[in-house]
Amino acid sequence: MSREQPADDGTEGKFGDYGGQYVPEVLMPAVEELTDAYERYVLDNEDGFVDDLRSRLREFGGRPTPLSYAANLSERYGFDVYLKREDLLHGGAHKLNNALGQVLLAKYMGKERIVAETGAGQHGTATAMACAYLDVPCEIYMGRTDVNRQRPNVFRMRIHDAEVNPVDVGSGTLKEAINETMRDWATNVEDTHYVIGSVVGPHPFPAMVRDFQSVVGEELRAQSRDQLGELPEAVIACAGGGSNTMGAFASFVGSAELAGAPEGAQEPAPDVDLLAVEAGGSSLDVDADAGYAPNSASLSTGTEGVLHGARTKLLQTGEGQIVESHSISAGLDYAGVGPELAHLVDTGRVTPVNVDDDAALEAFHRLSREEGIIPALESSHAVAYLEAYEGDGPVVVNVSGRGDKDLDTVIEESTARDLDTAPTMEVFEE
Amino acid sequence: MTRSDLRAAFEDGPALVSYVAAGDPSAAASKAYVEALVEGGSDVIELGLPFSEPVAEGRTIQQAIKRALDAGMTPEAYLDLVRDLDIDVPVVCMTYYNLIYQFGPEPGPEAFVEAAAEAGISGFVVPDLPVDESGPLYEACREHGLDLVFIVAPTTTPERLERLLDRTTGFVYVQGRLGTTGARDEVSDDTPASLERLRDADLPKAVGFGISSGEQAREIVASGADGVVVGSAYVDIVAEGVADDRPTAEVADRIEALARELKQGALDAVPEPERK
Repeated sequence: MSREQPADDGTEGKFGDYGGQYVPEVLMPAVEELTDAYERYVLDNEDGFVDDLRSRLREFGGRPTPLSYAANLSERYGFDVYLKREDLLHGGAHKLNNALGQVLLAKYMGKERIVAETGAGQHGTATAMACAYLDVPCEIYMGRTDVNRQRPNVFRMRIHDAEVNPVDVGSGTLKEAINETMRDWATNVEDTHYVIGSVVGPHPFPAMVRDFQSVVGEELRAQSRDQLGELPEAVIACAGGGSNTMGAFASFVGSAELAGAPEGAQEPAPDVDLLAVEAGGSSLDVDADAGYAPNSASLSTGTEGVLHGARTKLLQTGEGQIVESHSISAGLDYAGVGPELAHLVDTGRVTPVNVDDDAALEAFHRLSREEGIIPALESSHAVAYLEAYEGDGPVVVNVSGRGDKDLDTVIEESTARDLDTAPTMEVFEE
Repeated sequence: MTRSDLRAAFEDGPALVSYVAAGDPSAAASKAYVEALVEGGSDVIELGLPFSEPVAEGRTIQQAIKRALDAGMTPEAYLDLVRDLDIDVPVVCMTYYNLIYQFGPEPGPEAFVEAAAEAGISGFVVPDLPVDESGPLYEACREHGLDLVFIVAPTTTPERLERLLDRTTGFVYVQGRLGTTGARDEVSDDTPASLERLRDADLPKAVGFGISSGEQAREIVASGADGVVVGSAYVDIVAEGVADDRPTAEVADRIEALARELKQGALDAVPEPERK
C-alpha cells in the first residue's frame, strides 16, 4: 500500500519529520488561534507587539544580560571561556524571555487566565512573575517530586500570587505536570492560555518559544563580535526540552523569525559548533523493559515518536510507552526534547553530547568556587562539558540560570557522594 | 465469531457504546467486564489500549490505565485479549497514536492496523491524532476495512467539522463537553447544540464525556443522539472493586447492571412504536 499521505494532509510547524500538532480535537481550534496570533503579533509585529515585548524585557527583565569572560576557567582549560549570563535575567533564568512573551501575547489575544507547568520551578516562577507584572490570574502544575526538591521556587510562585497544584501521579515530575496542564487547558480552553515552558508541544510553541528565546543568541552573537572580535568556535548549552539551547543556537542556524531581530542575527554561521549537553544521569543505558531511563538524553538515545503534541525524539520502550527519565537537575528531567532540536541533530548541525550527574555536580562547585557564579544544576551540565571539550576556543557557555533553587539538592547529593570538592556542612549540623 | 461493522450497530435504535481499559486490573478481569457490558446491552465495545500519557482522559481512566500498565498490559497482550473475547458486537480500539505508530518493525500505523484487523477490531478512536495528521492511519484502515472514528468537540469550528466528517467512518463521536473524560452528574448544556450542527451528517452520532446514568442517557438520546458513549462510570465500578478487593464476578455483575440501566435510559427516549 502507499505510504504517501493525501496531499491536503498534515498540520503546521514541521522541522523535517518532526513537530506538528498532535493534540485532542478540543484543543485544535485553540492551537490554530494561537498560530494565527503568533504569525500576526510575533512574526509581523502587529500592534507593535515585538517592540512592546523588547522594551519590557529591557525594563522589567534587565536585558541585555552580559557576556562574561571566565578568567579562571580559561586558565584551567587553556582556551578562552565566556559565559552568557542568563542567570542575571530577572527571576534568575532565561525562562522569563518566553514567559513574558507568552503572557503578553495572551493579553493581546484577550485571554483571561494563564496555566503553566513547571519542572525545576524556574518556568513556573517566571510565568508567575510575568502574570503578576501583567495582572493575569495564573495557575501552575508541578510534579510532587519536583515540589519537594524545588521548594524555594514553590514559595516564589506563591508569593507572586499563583496557585500551585502538586501532581501526584507517576514519578511526579515534568511529564506528569504537562499531562495535567493539558487537561486543564482542554477544560478551560475558551478563556485560558497554556504557557508552555520549552520548545516542545504542538506548533506554534516550538517555533514561538524559540523566537522568544532567540534574544539570548542575538545578544551572544553581537557581544562576541564586540568583545572577542569574532564569533566563538563553539556555543555550549544544556538541553532538556531545549529552550535555552534553541535560544542560544537560533542565531547560528538561521531559524529565529522574531520580527525586528537585528541585522545579521539570523544569518547562519556554519563555522560555529553547536553543542547540546544532555543529562546523562547515572547511566546512558536505558532499561526499556523496566520502563525507566536513568538519564534524560533523548537526543542521544531517544527514538522518534509522538508525545505532548509533537513528533520528536523520545525516551520510550519498543512498544511506544514513554519511560520515566532521570536527572539530578529537575529542569532537564524530561523524556522528550524540542522537535527542531531533534531535526538539527539529525541534519548534523547540532551535536548532542552529555555529562552525568556527578560531572554536573562537580561543575556546579567548580563554577561557584572559581568564578563566583552559582549556576543552576541545569546550566552546570553545560559548564561540565568544558572538561571534555577538545577545541582551542573561544567558547561561549550559556549559563541558563542561577543555582540558588538547587542548594538543598546540591548539599544533599554532594554529601551522599562524598564529593571532596564540595564544602562540608557537617560542622553546622546540631 | 462474527462482528458487524460499526455503523450497523446503530441501526436497531439508540446504541450504547461502552468503554473499559484493557488489562484493568488484569487481562482476565477485563475480558469478563467486556462480556458483562455486552450482556447488559452494549452495542459497541470501546476497548482502551493503555498508553502511559493519556492526556485526553480524566483522573478515573488515567488511574485505570496505570493499573493496566502496572499489571503488564501491552499491545500484543491487548490483541490476544481481543481474539479471546466471546462477544458478537464490534470492538473499537481507543488508544494514543504513539502506540499505533511504534508497533511492528517499521515506524508507521500499517502493522498495527493489520494486526488489529486480524484480531477482530472494527475501528479506531485516537484522541491525540487530529484529522489533519490522520492520512497514514486513514489509508491503513481503509486498506483493512476498519473504521476511523473522529471526536467532534464543542470547540470544533465549522471548517474543521467538514474535514472531520470527510474522514469519519462508522460513527461520529460527539464530545459532549469541554475537558477530559469523567463521569458527571449533569448533562452538559452544550449537547443539544453540538448535535444540532451535526444534523445533516450522514453518520450515527454518539455522545460521550460525562455520562453516567440511565437518565442522562435518556436525555441525550432525546436531544437527537443516535447513541451514548460511557466509560468512566464503569471504570469507577472497577476501581471500587480493586479498592474493596471484590471478586471479578461481582464487579462484572455491577457493570452489567449499569450497562442495562444506560441502555434502558437510551431506549426510553424513543417512543415504543418508533423502536426498531
